[in-house]
Amino acid sequence: MIELARLRFSRGEQVIFDEVDMRFERGEVTAVLGPSGTGKTTLLRLIGGQVRPKSGVVRVDGTEVSRARRKRLYALRRRMGVLFQNGALFTDLTVGENVAFPLRAHSALDEALIRRIVLFKLEAVGLRSARDKYPAELSGGMARRAALARAMALDPEIMLYDEPFAGQDPVSMGVLLRLIRRLNDALGLTSVVVTHDVNEALSISDRVIVIAGGRVIGQGTPDEVRAQRHREPALAQFLDGAADGPLNATDSAVPLSTDLGLRFDPGVDR
Amino acid sequence: MNVQRGIEVVVGLFVLAGIAALMVMALQWSNFGASRVNGYEITARFDNIGGLTTQSPVKLAGLTIGRVESIELDPDTFQAEVHMIIDGKYDSLPTDSFANIYTAGLLGSQYVEISPGGALESLEDGDRITMTQSAIILENIVSKFLFDKAKE
Amino acid sequence: MSRLLEALARLGRLMIGGVRHAGAMALFALDLAWVLIPTWSRPRDVAQQVYAAGVLSLVIILVAGGFVGLVLGLQGYNILSTFNASESLGVMVALSLVRELGPVVAALLFAGRAGSAITAEIALMKTTEQLAALEMMAVDPMRRVIGPRFWGALISVPLLAALFSLVGVLGGYLIGVVVLGVDAASYWGQIGEQMAAWEDVGGGALKSVAFGAVIALIAVYEGYTAEPTASGMARATTQTVVLSSLGVLGLDFVMTAFMFGA
Repeated sequence: MIELARLRFSRGEQVIFDEVDMRFERGEVTAVLGPSGTGKTTLLRLIGGQVRPKSGVVRVDGTEVSRARRKRLYALRRRMGVLFQNGALFTDLTVGENVAFPLRAHSALDEALIRRIVLFKLEAVGLRSARDKYPAELSGGMARRAALARAMALDPEIMLYDEPFAGQDPVSMGVLLRLIRRLNDALGLTSVVVTHDVNEALSISDRVIVIAGGRVIGQGTPDEVRAQRHREPALAQFLDGAADGPLNATDSAVPLSTDLGLRFDPGVDR
Repeated sequence: MNVQRGIEVVVGLFVLAGIAALMVMALQWSNFGASRVNGYEITARFDNIGGLTTQSPVKLAGLTIGRVESIELDPDTFQAEVHMIIDGKYDSLPTDSFANIYTAGLLGSQYVEISPGGALESLEDGDRITMTQSAIILENIVSKFLFDKAKE
Repeated sequence: MSRLLEALARLGRLMIGGVRHAGAMALFALDLAWVLIPTWSRPRDVAQQVYAAGVLSLVIILVAGGFVGLVLGLQGYNILSTFNASESLGVMVALSLVRELGPVVAALLFAGRAGSAITAEIALMKTTEQLAALEMMAVDPMRRVIGPRFWGALISVPLLAALFSLVGVLGGYLIGVVVLGVDAASYWGQIGEQMAAWEDVGGGALKSVAFGAVIALIAVYEGYTAEPTASGMARATTQTVVLSSLGVLGLDFVMTAFMFGA
């Protein structure tokens, strides 16, 4: 279980999270939705302990990530699998070696056993035949599945997905959706899927958290979130993908005429 | 794994070559051009050999005809005994030849110059040149010159 | 007046930026120092990097060394023969190479050939989140990626410099002895006589070790801190070549003053 409490994080002047609370339960797929630039990737980095919050607490299975020592942190990370946005496969290793990498780094298994585990993991994502290919030879969808196999190599208890659907064709998107769901249910994982693809997220997740402007604007089961739209205009705009609404209001704080250096507003209204 | 092995071997060779280059430069230069001259050995005694060393050339009329093989001190006469190997091609050096130690240029290295005499017999292996002139020491000449000037 | 102020401010900004850069690099060096020994728990990673940085730079280093030796031989012969001292050609070529040109030119070539490649590789790994992936796999990228590359460069530079000098002396031999007719035994004999194993060869080796450390540190630092964009990577590689070239030349002056100066 992952828990974020009263979390504050900012980058320079820009406030990314402002007193945010979230929970991710074991055995569930939780989707974190939000427009681009709302710090969804930062959220994953906070959970992984790669960045530390300004204040507040990040707790993973009782360990306080935000204050953990390096050794503790590394022990915790061995129980996490991360699927990075573009896979982040090691380009100088083959697919098979990529999957074997965490096994070689953290276990004393002999080569024959590692080979079998790699084959199992690649079979699970349907890439057994691509084990000797280099990442550059894979399509985007295949690379992401290979990265998923690598993230699963150490049988993690927590899976973090960073924009897994971005730039995928419908078929590989479908494959990924099914994989995420199946892995979660078969292994009883805590899955966190960070994305801005509303429909995909709502279709596979048990719970949804929508963030915008540094705070949570909606959370609950997909149906509950859909029901909350009337209370929160920003949520409605995001779910509908409408061009106008509170989410792009920030840009109009300063009238265009001021930026252009005009003394009189040439607006059509006058 | 095979590629890996190959890389390791190449890296090993590279490291060895680099260290060998350092060692060669630090220790082994003079043996580099130690060309063995096939010929006969003659000796000559000098009062002062200046900067003559083993491998210094032995010249006749400006051409190199041999090498200094070894230099040692004669404990009785306190002279330097220079052993030279002369190329076998030049087997008709007269026995009354003269041996000088010259400097190549003003500051260059030193060498033995043989000036042939007029005798009919030739020098043979183990013979000695008796007529020698020592190295000219620049300081001596300068001081002699100044001394003579002062006397005038 | 305002223009003067602006120029002054620009100078100030430059200084502050430089100091900040140096400070950040020093902190990075401290982090790196912690992993230098643990890096050797995986000697194969280091060997791999010696291959990538050192062995693959061999061709350019050897060819350049040969040419430098040829030029030194020609120029040296021209100068020395006017004093009738062409016998000293060997020692002139050898001392120039061993004390100065070997360490410096090899280091500059290395910075351009391998230093920039190290920076680019690390920057690309950062841009494509490979470093972040390592971290999340509980593998320290400092130990796994940065450490071996630092060692690879540090080991390669002195070896390359030694080979550069050796090939240069052979180049000088080729032009001086074979082409221009300097006496071979004098060429080698004078070197053997006048070059000190410790001061000259040892001093040159010490220099190239220091240059190796400078280039290695700058190359990995620039890569590790590169902005994860295309232009950021380009800037980082340029920065590596510029900074390490300047660093090598500046350090060379300082070390020369200490070792061979009065």
